[in-house]
Amino acid sequence: VKTLVAGISLTVLFVALPLFTARNDLLNLCVQIFLAVVLAQSWNLLGGYAGQINLGHAAFFGLGALVTRTLWVGGTPLIVGLIAGALVATLYGIIIGIPAFRLRGAYFAIGTLGLAEILRITVGNLMPEISTISARELASYNMLPRYYLTLTMAVLCVAVVALLIPSRVGLGIRAVREDEAAAEATGVDALRHKLLALTISTALAGLAGGAFAYYHVSYYPQHTFSPAWTFDAVLMSFIGGVGTVHGPVLGALFYVIIRELLAVKLVEFHLIIFGVLFILVVLFLPGGLVEAWNRARRLISRNS
Amino acid sequence: MILTQQLILGLLVGGLYGLAAAGLSLTFGVLRVLNVAHGELLMLGGYGTFWLFTLWRIDPFLSLVGIGPAMFVLGLVLYWALFQFVVKAHEEVRIKNSLLIGFGLTLALHALAIRLWTADERSVTTAYAGEVLRLGGFAIPLLRLSSLVFAFAILTALHLFLARARWGRAIRATAEDWEAAALMGIPVGKTYLIAFALGTALAGIAGGLVSISYSISPSIGIEWTLKALVVIVLAGMGSLFGSFAGGIILGLAEAMSVVFLGGPYREVVGLILFLIVLLVRPQGLFGARA
Repeated sequence: VKTLVAGISLTVLFVALPLFTARNDLLNLCVQIFLAVVLAQSWNLLGGYAGQINLGHAAFFGLGALVTRTLWVGGTPLIVGLIAGALVATLYGIIIGIPAFRLRGAYFAIGTLGLAEILRITVGNLMPEISTISARELASYNMLPRYYLTLTMAVLCVAVVALLIPSRVGLGIRAVREDEAAAEATGVDALRHKLLALTISTALAGLAGGAFAYYHVSYYPQHTFSPAWTFDAVLMSFIGGVGTVHGPVLGALFYVIIRELLAVKLVEFHLIIFGVLFILVVLFLPGGLVEAWNRARRLISRNS
Repeated sequence: MILTQQLILGLLVGGLYGLAAAGLSLTFGVLRVLNVAHGELLMLGGYGTFWLFTLWRIDPFLSLVGIGPAMFVLGLVLYWALFQFVVKAHEEVRIKNSLLIGFGLTLALHALAIRLWTADERSVTTAYAGEVLRLGGFAIPLLRLSSLVFAFAILTALHLFLARARWGRAIRATAEDWEAAALMGIPVGKTYLIAFALGTALAGIAGGLVSISYSISPSIGIEWTLKALVVIVLAGMGSLFGSFAGGIILGLAEAMSVVFLGGPYREVVGLILFLIVLLVRPQGLFGARA
């Protein structure tokens, strides 16, 4: 309940924020945080709850961006573009999911990474030119719709995962992570549950990609397929607390803010810090920031 | 004509793929940890060779004699600081956690390399860099040929070590069945340490050879990790010469793709080959068992 209250107040705060400030740098930072929340949370659903380490998350983000951008720049209404982007990402997810889930553990991870790299290189070869929105669009470019669109997505994404996980299906997904054979023995169809987690995860990642395509004025199509998107999602999920609903949100806030603070002076430096932090989390604090917070609270309550 | 020339070049680069894969295969086969930072270790070895040559004019092939042991020590440190905590877990968790740690290491080393040495591409250019061996109508770059021979020699030496030496046999026994090995009085922990350090040294030497006959930059890490993984999947694990052969197959396949599909799809062909083998024969083309 406490987390729910915190979540709602955070949402209200973000909804009201543009009323008090028109500073574009602040709003831009928020958009990046919202996109990061969707990326991290969607990765967390498959990687954290279903236990499938997907190192090809960028492929879904990139596909969403590619489809939405093409349709939207071509004149299709944005909402249609976003839905189409999410659909294509999901479709691709299902096509690769059925064979990929036959692979166990590490092979799933490197298989998805390989697939994403194939897409990235191919897109780079076919579309080497930078994608820029039309001059007319540029003249009417407004931060607010971008802000609220990404905020809605972030809230939607967290809500979907928060509602799914305690449900019967969510329980099945977690059971598959703990022990696939035992889950099967108690009547949980492992493949179906994994595919369901993958479907939702890829749809959300596709939406995030679509929002990125709407938000950015110009970028190389290949950029949205860069493995960096996957790596960010993994880092944020683990540092925040993998396999929890609020962990990836915390992770995204923490990661984006620190990254932007460091980027002012030192480009790329944040990855040295986060890479090391990530290793420490995996080795010594598997619950991430969420677990650190819980431990600290217990320690304080014991002493008082 | 062009095809044959490309195949020769493919064969030459394939030997390096094989060497890179042999190190990864050694740690994966013995410790059951998948170190995805293998390509970054290779990159470090490449920079070591590059700086020794650039700053002190040390002949790159000579400097490999120093790079190997230096990377061996780095491997000891990495195992001691990170991977020893992973090998205590049982198999599934072990592979997953090692993958994650390797992933964190990849990001940190990549960013560190950019910070220290910028993102520029570099390569060692010795006085004899441009020498070419003419054979019939074909040109064989002498440096790349020497790299191939060097890679083969290193693998042969390692093969002899694993077959004959006391620690080599301990490594093979541990790879076969670590519980039985432990019961026979083999110190499994120390064997893991040595195998991991050897794998790191192999990555470093491969990196040195890459900086001599091709070029290095901080971002080659992920490329070489993928190449090594492709080769391991092609060749299966547990055989050094299998890795070498797998590397050459990959090199030849890439060469053919350059001729028939054009240069940009070179990297894609290896990955597609990799996915097909992964789905059809997860134990690899030459692997005996899963």
